[in-house]
Amino acid sequence: MTQYLLSIYQPDGVVPDDEFLAPVMEQLSVWNDDLRKAGAWVFSAGLHPPESSTVLQQKGDELLVTDGPYTEGKEHIGGFTVIDVEDLDAALTWARRLAKILVALPVEVRPFAG
Amino acid sequence: MPVDVAAVFRSEHGRAVAVLARSFGDLDIAEDAVQEAFTTALERWPEQGLPPSPAGWIITTARNRAIDRLRREAAREDKYAQAALLNAQDEPVEEGPVRDDRLRLIFTCCHPALALNVRVALTLRLLGGLGTAEIAHAFLVPESTMAQRLVRAKAKIRTAGIPYRIPYDADLPERVRGVLAVVYLVFNEGYAASSGDDLVRTDLCTEAIRLGRLLVELMPDEPEAVGLLALMLLQHSRTPARTSEAGQLIPLPEQDRQLWDQQLIAEGQDLVRRCLRRDQPGPYQLQAAINAVHSDPPTDWSQIVQLYDHLLALTPTPVVALNRAVAIAELHGPAEALALVDALDLSTFYLFHAIRADLLHRLQRPVEARAAWQAALDLTDNTAEQAFLRHRLAALD
Repeated sequence: MTQYLLSIYQPDGVVPDDEFLAPVMEQLSVWNDDLRKAGAWVFSAGLHPPESSTVLQQKGDELLVTDGPYTEGKEHIGGFTVIDVEDLDAALTWARRLAKILVALPVEVRPFAG
Repeated sequence: MPVDVAAVFRSEHGRAVAVLARSFGDLDIAEDAVQEAFTTALERWPEQGLPPSPAGWIITTARNRAIDRLRREAAREDKYAQAALLNAQDEPVEEGPVRDDRLRLIFTCCHPALALNVRVALTLRLLGGLGTAEIAHAFLVPESTMAQRLVRAKAKIRTAGIPYRIPYDADLPERVRGVLAVVYLVFNEGYAASSGDDLVRTDLCTEAIRLGRLLVELMPDEPEAVGLLALMLLQHSRTPARTSEAGQLIPLPEQDRQLWDQQLIAEGQDLVRRCLRRDQPGPYQLQAAINAVHSDPPTDWSQIVQLYDHLLALTPTPVVALNRAVAIAELHGPAEALALVDALDLSTFYLFHAIRADLLHRLQRPVEARAAWQAALDLTDNTAEQAFLRHRLAALD
């Protein structure tokens, strides 16, 4: 079994209204339940917008603390799920369903090391 | 390489790597072990003669080599080697409806999680046994670049957990299409090299046809696999007639039919009949059928147009529409064809301009024809195609 990180990327800025989000959230919760029933769910979480992040980096003797996020860009990780499944094909099957629920948002599948 | 060993290498390399990859769960271990086994064969076979089952001998020798190597590494407390060794001690277990290890390997090499050019390279390397230098040459990249790509791809297969498995039933149709596309890409890279001096790289065409035969053998119920093989055989049958001695491209209507390979044509036409009987025509079967009609002179253009109509309905791309227009020109004349061609958005494609030029020339509009030949010439990097286009330009003077 291998653990995979499924990261969801979101465009920064305006969040869609409840009317749009409600059915998406409902399908997401069904997806999460199915993951649990299959014994594949490890952990999942949504994140506050990227403006809420803070970046720390040691530069020589000084520890720099800056207003984040670390990478510039128009899209950032908005949430993620960790799953534990047999192989990449199994992970992609779950991710495919997730991507369908999330309409246009990209989902990145990445294996955990070790 | 002595002939015997070379022949066994050609036919058995893919199977040996596939069997070893399944039993050790690692492509590098599999490839290295198979390489060592063939090196040993090169030393022994010329003196001792071929063993009763060369393929079995290679697999057993490779397996022993791999186990020796893993034992040495496991003794040094290499956890990865210990795990691989543990796997290998189990006798291989069969699973799923399709049992051939090479099919698993081809689905692994052609996994959608790998970039398309990497899929092609890996397939040639692991199933075809082509050397890194040969593949690099075919794709016009430095050998070090190709070596790096292959190392990275094998690492991704390992770390991302791309399985050695036939895909789940639900994914199968989509994945088969991808596998067929990779094999046809190998063929096309050989048939119409995207750049360079030779129009045809026969070695790549031959390799693709060999892979095509393998797919048909492994998936006899997949009519598109049969269609792809037929398409490649029929296209390849014309290879000896496609270029002049000076290396200039000769278009189909002007080719010396005596030079066409009748055996390949017969086999291709037979396959077309066989798969069309199933009545599940897909793009490869239709393209094969079009080529089968071309192989049977005089060409029945109305049948070709019908097949293109069908193909265009399945794959409505501008390139298919362009090819259909060529057939329309033969059936209804160049004026009707030109109207169809002009409506297409293909101005960056050299064949679009070449076909337009030919139609304009037939409509006796030499000034526009010249401009179109020139536009085509500006868009191709292949020396044989350039020679053909220059010849056409010179003929206008």
